[in-house]
Amino acid sequence: MSEDVDLSRRHFLGVATAVTGGVGAVFAATPFLASWQPSARAQALGAPVEVDIGKLEPGALLKVEWRGKPVWILRRTDVMLERVRETDAEVRDPASEQPQQPEYARNEYRAIKPEILIVVGSCTHLGCSPIERFDLAPADLGPDWRGGFYCPCHGSKFDLSGRVYKGVPAPLNLPVPPHRYLSDSVILIGSDTGVA
Amino acid sequence: MSRSEHEVGQMAGRREGGFNQWLNKRFPLDSLLREHITEYYASKNLNWWSVFGSLAMVVLVIQIVTGIFLTMSYKPSAAEAFASVEYIMRDVNWGWLIRYMHSTGASMFFIVVYLHMFRSLIYGSYKSPRELIWIFGMFIYLALAAEAFFGYLLPWGQMSYWGAQVIVSLFGAIPVVGESLVEWIRGDYFISDITLNRFFALHVIALPLVLVGLVAVHIMALHEVGSNNPDGVEIKDKKGPDGVPLDGVAFHPYHTAKDLVAFVAFAIVFSAIIFFAPEMGGYFLEHANFEAADPLKTPEHIAPVWYFTPFYAILRAVPDKLGGVILMGSAMILLFFLPWLDRSPVKSIRYRGWMFKTAVALFVVSFFVLGFLGTQPATGAYTIMARVFTIIYFAFFLLMPIYTKLDKTKPVPERVTYHD
Repeated sequence: MSEDVDLSRRHFLGVATAVTGGVGAVFAATPFLASWQPSARAQALGAPVEVDIGKLEPGALLKVEWRGKPVWILRRTDVMLERVRETDAEVRDPASEQPQQPEYARNEYRAIKPEILIVVGSCTHLGCSPIERFDLAPADLGPDWRGGFYCPCHGSKFDLSGRVYKGVPAPLNLPVPPHRYLSDSVILIGSDTGVA
Repeated sequence: MSRSEHEVGQMAGRREGGFNQWLNKRFPLDSLLREHITEYYASKNLNWWSVFGSLAMVVLVIQIVTGIFLTMSYKPSAAEAFASVEYIMRDVNWGWLIRYMHSTGASMFFIVVYLHMFRSLIYGSYKSPRELIWIFGMFIYLALAAEAFFGYLLPWGQMSYWGAQVIVSLFGAIPVVGESLVEWIRGDYFISDITLNRFFALHVIALPLVLVGLVAVHIMALHEVGSNNPDGVEIKDKKGPDGVPLDGVAFHPYHTAKDLVAFVAFAIVFSAIIFFAPEMGGYFLEHANFEAADPLKTPEHIAPVWYFTPFYAILRAVPDKLGGVILMGSAMILLFFLPWLDRSPVKSIRYRGWMFKTAVALFVVSFFVLGFLGTQPATGAYTIMARVFTIIYFAFFLLMPIYTKLDKTKPVPERVTYHD
């Protein structure tokens, strides 16, 4: 009997069965893997938020929560804007060429209104939240420090426009979230189209 | 060790028939015990370095038992997790002991496993024919690292939270798919209740199953080729007329008796830590973790638990996100290749030359220094030091094919050296 076995047919059938089984396994795995994606509830909780900045004083920083991350709203003074221009040579991406902001924030001050900076306060290195350090030339950050944000986790530095300095672990500028002004003092964070 | 069924019934003076024979006709209890315990022969010159494998098993059992009991009072939700750990510590009868056993056990697991791996390094236990034992062991180490990482999020303290944030973000460094991969792992736009719940599932069921399975294949591979010894001599090459290696003694009662002494010593240290220094000055349980997780506020200084700090220091030494992640990954992955990087004709450090001995010494120093640096802030001189010792760490592996080849070795004896 054994000499009648068609080995190439047996091999073909073996491979065909394995491939079919493999395709089945991929289909069977899909719902399990997809169940790890953000659920409908998580997506709903990630909806845009409205912020009133009417009482935000010049030079003050407001922290709000959007999608569990801190969003910073800084009302920059003229002096602060001056300092942003001074750091141009020391930051990695001075002209905001990397897609870390919507088109309408891709300008000198990375903002719709120059004085209002809106960035996600989550370090582009490994997601720690940097600390605001608006003091000039402090002992720990060196004499060239012109104010900005310092990440305590791995030492990344950002200027007052959220632009990342050269020679630190973070590769990119702090992202500007999609946002729009609903009125002079009310901002919608998380969406630049439609209504809240 | 094949024996006839007739002999099976007569083992250990048991009479023929009876429950024992009924059982052994249906389940190979006696033959399993013989193969793995009473007639598994390991070299008679094994020293104290050989106790850490057994100790690792003991710690695994401690972790599983204490873990099961912690699960009974812990709540895996962002709203309740932190409070439920406090509840275990304050209100559950003996809850503090069970929790401290588990948290101390995690650190002890890594101490024992690092020593176990170091033993392999100095006695060449990863070399042919034991490459697979080493590779299974490395997978155990990776599974253990994942297990420890998932477990560390569960108390939902500040360090739990930001540690998870940093480690999960590492995957974001992968080009193109990185960001969506991170979102998939978290199941949310940030480390949230959803993330906590799934890490709990991975920590209490998925990874323990993987670990136990890996331990089983690690031991099966070991018992197939036999244990190495401090001389790196294959004892199976010299067997007596009964087929037993001349230099081998049965695992039980000889090696188990020694392992028992090691266990008592271990238990004394373990208890001393649990009762007198369960936080170990912030190294076993970090101070920032006594504050509940706050997604909007990163602690001033974050560092992983001590057993990850050498790799963390390597990550921070590189001023480039992707580069740092790749280097940190390679620092672990390179260990898998030890059996092939080592070109020396001898196994044990006893018969190797000065080059290997110097390399091992430098490697140990770099591991400790990087471990220290990983606990410190990444500033100025510390960053420079981290870079220097990262280079030494990698040189140990990458130059290994060269220095193990060049190194002058001493003649290896025919039989193990033993003073009786």
